[in-house]
Amino acid sequence: MIHFLKRAIADIRSNKFLNLITIITIALSILVISVFLLFFENAGRVIESWNQGGRAMIYLKEEFNADMLPQLKTKINSLGDIDKMVYISKAKALDTLKNSMASQTTFLKTLKENPLPDALEIKIRSYNNFQEVQTLAQNIKTIDIVDDIEYGQGWLGKFLKIFNLFKITGYAMCGFFFLMALFITANTVRLAFYSRMLEVEIMRLVGATETFIKAPFYIEGLIQGFLGGALGLGALLITYLMVSSGITQSLASYVYFDLRFLSVKMVMFIIFSSTFLGWFGCYLSLKQIFK
Amino acid sequence: MIRLFNVSKRFGGKLALKNISLDIEQGEFIFISGPSGAGKSTLLKILYLAENIFEGQVLIDGMNLSRISSSKLPVLRRRFGIVFQDFKLIPTRTVYENIALVLEAAGKKTSFIKKKVMQVLRSTGMEKKAKAFPLTLSGGEQQRVAVARAVVGEPSIILADEPTGSLDSTSARAILDFLIEYHKKGTTILIASHDLHLMKNTIQGKNIELNAGRIIRTDIML
Repeated sequence: MIHFLKRAIADIRSNKFLNLITIITIALSILVISVFLLFFENAGRVIESWNQGGRAMIYLKEEFNADMLPQLKTKINSLGDIDKMVYISKAKALDTLKNSMASQTTFLKTLKENPLPDALEIKIRSYNNFQEVQTLAQNIKTIDIVDDIEYGQGWLGKFLKIFNLFKITGYAMCGFFFLMALFITANTVRLAFYSRMLEVEIMRLVGATETFIKAPFYIEGLIQGFLGGALGLGALLITYLMVSSGITQSLASYVYFDLRFLSVKMVMFIIFSSTFLGWFGCYLSLKQIFK
Repeated sequence: MIRLFNVSKRFGGKLALKNISLDIEQGEFIFISGPSGAGKSTLLKILYLAENIFEGQVLIDGMNLSRISSSKLPVLRRRFGIVFQDFKLIPTRTVYENIALVLEAAGKKTSFIKKKVMQVLRSTGMEKKAKAFPLTLSGGEQQRVAVARAVVGEPSIILADEPTGSLDSTSARAILDFLIEYHKKGTTILIASHDLHLMKNTIQGKNIELNAGRIIRTDIML
């Protein structure tokens, strides 16, 4: 193994330019893919915070009384995967309103009766799919005692539709850049192979197995993929550190926007993918050459 | 050990070898002579399967070359030490690395490789050139490296295609003396060359003369 690693490093050194081009191409592709992923991760978090992590408020009709609560809870639980359910009586809702409005509550004292409805605040366990939330809300609304349900179906629904469309386009772009990097890696390996044709021929004639001949190329592919991935992520990190505070500050007056770098899990995934890309490009080329 | 039965080889419509039948025993010194285009190199290439499409049968140590699987091919080739007409040294690797390649391909340990390579470098007088690259060497030196690479794996058969072709008489003699030394250890040696005069003055063995792809004479050189 050490022999193959040494061989691969020596081959990279002897073909510096070709290898550098491949690493830079992989790095650029990874950078573009990572930008999309960074955007989706942050946008997803912002939407989650807007959506309050899958919270919905169920408003109950006038005729509701506390005795109906256990039966209602059971019914709602049977309709979907509910994580948490909190009953907010109309009296408690009014108190909360008074507390939140502090000094501006004088007009509330003039009210002859409490205009707020009884409500149930629910937290949906799986809320990433807006369609699922929508279906659950519609089912809850069919319960007689339920007057209305609020879950961000207005602007948030529309926004999510646009966001999902953008996400699909983003994934397609990621796929395109992945294929482009794969094609270039495969081509580099082919060029490297042909430039070492004499060496390969001699290896065969002195009794080298196919594995012995191919191994340095695979290691070269893995190194190219890994370095390309690391370089792409490095470039993204530098850019992020330079612009993140500026973006957060300029958006702070409009929305709460906590821009974060890719999660460790995502960074690992990107590095693994780019390393795999290097290997797979090599595999495709060698398969074609050795067939 | 090496048996050929009615071996023929065509390149397009042209017959390079026609009905060659041969029996070569372990430890023999075979000289294959004949003019250019006689089929000497083709015959050697068939033995190490650089030419793998031919008519007839070739058996090497009981292995039928027509039926050998691709996974067994490297094992077969490790039985041979091959000296190529054009040396076939890797220009981007040093003399040491070129020779070590044979042992690396056979999966030998680094310590063994180092010891063995230095040993053949000493015996070929190329010890001081271990770190040199082939293109910085003279033709004679390159051929000595090629011979060193051929013998380093201690093969049972050495195939040499025009090993003295491009060398002056002193260098040619040195190469042949080296091969003769290996022959004395029991290695079978097949040399293809057009230089019958040099061979007759140096080698004791069997001469197989080819012309236009046929064996026209077999005699013993004393």
